[in-house]
Amino acid sequence: MSGTYLGMPAFPAAAASSTQDARLRGNLRHATHTIRDKRAKAVAELDDWARLRAAGAAVKDRTLRHLDHYLEQLEESVTAAGGQVHWAADAAEANAIVARLVRETGEREVVKVKSMATQETGLNRALAEAGISAYETDLAELIVQLGDDLPSHILVPAIHRNRGEIRDIFREQMARWGRPAPDDLSDAPAALAEAARLHLREKFLTAKVGISGANFMVADTGTLVVVESEGNGRMCLTLPETLISVVGIEKVVPTWQDLEIFLQLLPRSSTAERMNPYTSMWTGTTDGDGPRTFHLVLLDNGRTDTLADTVGRQALRCIRCSACLNVCPVYERAGGHAYGSAYPGPIGAILTPQLRGTASELDASLPYASSLCGACYEVCPVAIDIPEVLVHLRERVVQGGRVTRRGVKTVLKPAKGHAAERAAMRAAGFAFDHPGALRAGQRLAARTRRLHPRRLPGPGRAWTDTRDLPPVPAESFRDWWRRTRGEERAK
Amino acid sequence: MSSRDVVLARVRRALADVPRGEGYEDVPVPRDYLRVHGSRTPEERVALLAERLAEYRALVHHCAEDEVHMLVMRLLAEHGTQHVLVPPGLDPSWMAAADPVRIHDRAASTARELDAVGSVVTGCAVAIAETGTIVLDGSPDQGRRRISLVPDHHICVVRVPDQVVDSVPEALERLDPVRPLTWISGPSATSDIELDRVEGVHGPRKLEVVLLSE
Ligand code: SF4
Repeated sequence: MSGTYLGMPAFPAAAASSTQDARLRGNLRHATHTIRDKRAKAVAELDDWARLRAAGAAVKDRTLRHLDHYLEQLEESVTAAGGQVHWAADAAEANAIVARLVRETGEREVVKVKSMATQETGLNRALAEAGISAYETDLAELIVQLGDDLPSHILVPAIHRNRGEIRDIFREQMARWGRPAPDDLSDAPAALAEAARLHLREKFLTAKVGISGANFMVADTGTLVVVESEGNGRMCLTLPETLISVVGIEKVVPTWQDLEIFLQLLPRSSTAERMNPYTSMWTGTTDGDGPRTFHLVLLDNGRTDTLADTVGRQALRCIRCSACLNVCPVYERAGGHAYGSAYPGPIGAILTPQLRGTASELDASLPYASSLCGACYEVCPVAIDIPEVLVHLRERVVQGGRVTRRGVKTVLKPAKGHAAERAAMRAAGFAFDHPGALRAGQRLAARTRRLHPRRLPGPGRAWTDTRDLPPVPAESFRDWWRRTRGEERAK
Repeated sequence: MSSRDVVLARVRRALADVPRGEGYEDVPVPRDYLRVHGSRTPEERVALLAERLAEYRALVHHCAEDEVHMLVMRLLAEHGTQHVLVPPGLDPSWMAAADPVRIHDRAASTARELDAVGSVVTGCAVAIAETGTIVLDGSPDQGRRRISLVPDHHICVVRVPDQVVDSVPEALERLDPVRPLTWISGPSATSDIELDRVEGVHGPRKLEVVLLSE
């Protein structure tokens, strides 16, 4: 692993190798099942969950349908509160803005709160090229960074590492970055956490620049929200003199009141807690408390292309809770790295090919990295119909069609030759080779068929020839819909 | 064209399917979810807060106005605190019996100086019973965000029942978004290593909440 997603093999190949890794699978299985069960309990505690979920989805839909309005409103309120707003059309531009802002402070080191947006843009590497060291301060991100590794889960990025591996990484690598690990470091989680505390405190107390993402941005007040557990977020958000937040444009919500929905949906879906240990909210700058300078970098990087697709748009509702990962039979077997982007699991399978397009074999194979069992839709706190988008994207890969890339409308050609179909079918075949995934997948097989033409012309033929391989259940799509969704709605 | 114009133009083109006349208010948001889960008397609300805080491994104490100084003194002594941070507007009577040297957070004091301090005592803005959360808003009795972050021991005094609300929606109504806000539910924690919960990574390892009856 070289700390980059570039040049990663397509999903089927990556999944094939990671499924051979018994330890990885063991770690993952333990973790996803534990979180999954706890989440179900936390959700069951609120008897208005279905209504909260509907409200969350509706707020996000309202925001997305009028995103220009809310972004302008946000810019105005952040500016009025003393912040500076920058716009970045793509990853390279966002990275260049951040590097320039850091350079202008005269600093060469920054502390970072875990941020998927900067993982997506490869900010750390870009900063390194500009001669700036970026220190990840979330414990799991630290483990990943010290191990020259990649995150494999949205919520617990080092879920693929066990305590023995973590101790070895700390012993071997901490000294290279700052305060070394104690000589007698054991593999007890408390000892490992303490080593991280001491190592990072040095950084927190001296850092002049902090970099963060945000879970939410409130348009009408200009408030940013970061939800976390360890306190590293609070450190990065309050101790430095300059704070730079890089946030995807879809993270805006219209009003202060809307936070009441998301602050109930997110912690319970994510860590299965009633509330996470720390939530920080700041509006511009406050005299005498926290950073004196605040920059907000609003990131597009494929989000507007995603917005242009009326079926795929709903992926932008995602609040990155990771619930869909923990219930996904394919994720559990393949592991997060197989998805080849900052966004693993079911959400990655629909978000990445929309953000990046489907030109590479990896990205073209992602819509197939699923058994279509529907479990991801059921747990999603903002009701993203991931199976619907997967099917839609499969159609696009095979049949081509109108898409928007970098803001320009183009017509995508059907996948060339048999390469993409083979890649795709191997991914689907992978899912169906595994009995658990297969059982689950059968529930939706009928639905997939309805949404696809029976037989595709030309290069698509091989695909249709093989796509009836999984046995199709007796239940029709309509019945399935009535039985599952109908109930859900009636609740 | 600036990137701002580029992104906004892309957004508008992407939304070609949204009817021209549709205003943002026209997209309905059903708000039929509950404002409060269950109904409670003020006493029950405080009891629930105590229970939920304890579930998050915060240490909860109950006391009356005339005992609070003795309780604070005892908690500081038990922690072995030599220096205690005090926000400028803290009720001085709470600290009347405390032995440790009082440190006042000044603009000039560095984070490193704060790091040498054992404990901090603050008030709070509001507490949420259903989730076991206390919220600080930087008022004079709570001080800057960093003082409740750097020391390893945080004693937070909540006036009950006045400062306690049932739910997240009720808390947001009471808070002013212009102030920097910190929501705290239990001490700092991580589950990043094999999902074993460990308390105290970067924030205070020990959170004590004093429920002060008025
Ligand atoms: S798609 Fe839904 S379940 Fe998955 S991370 Fe996003 S919000 Fe959570």
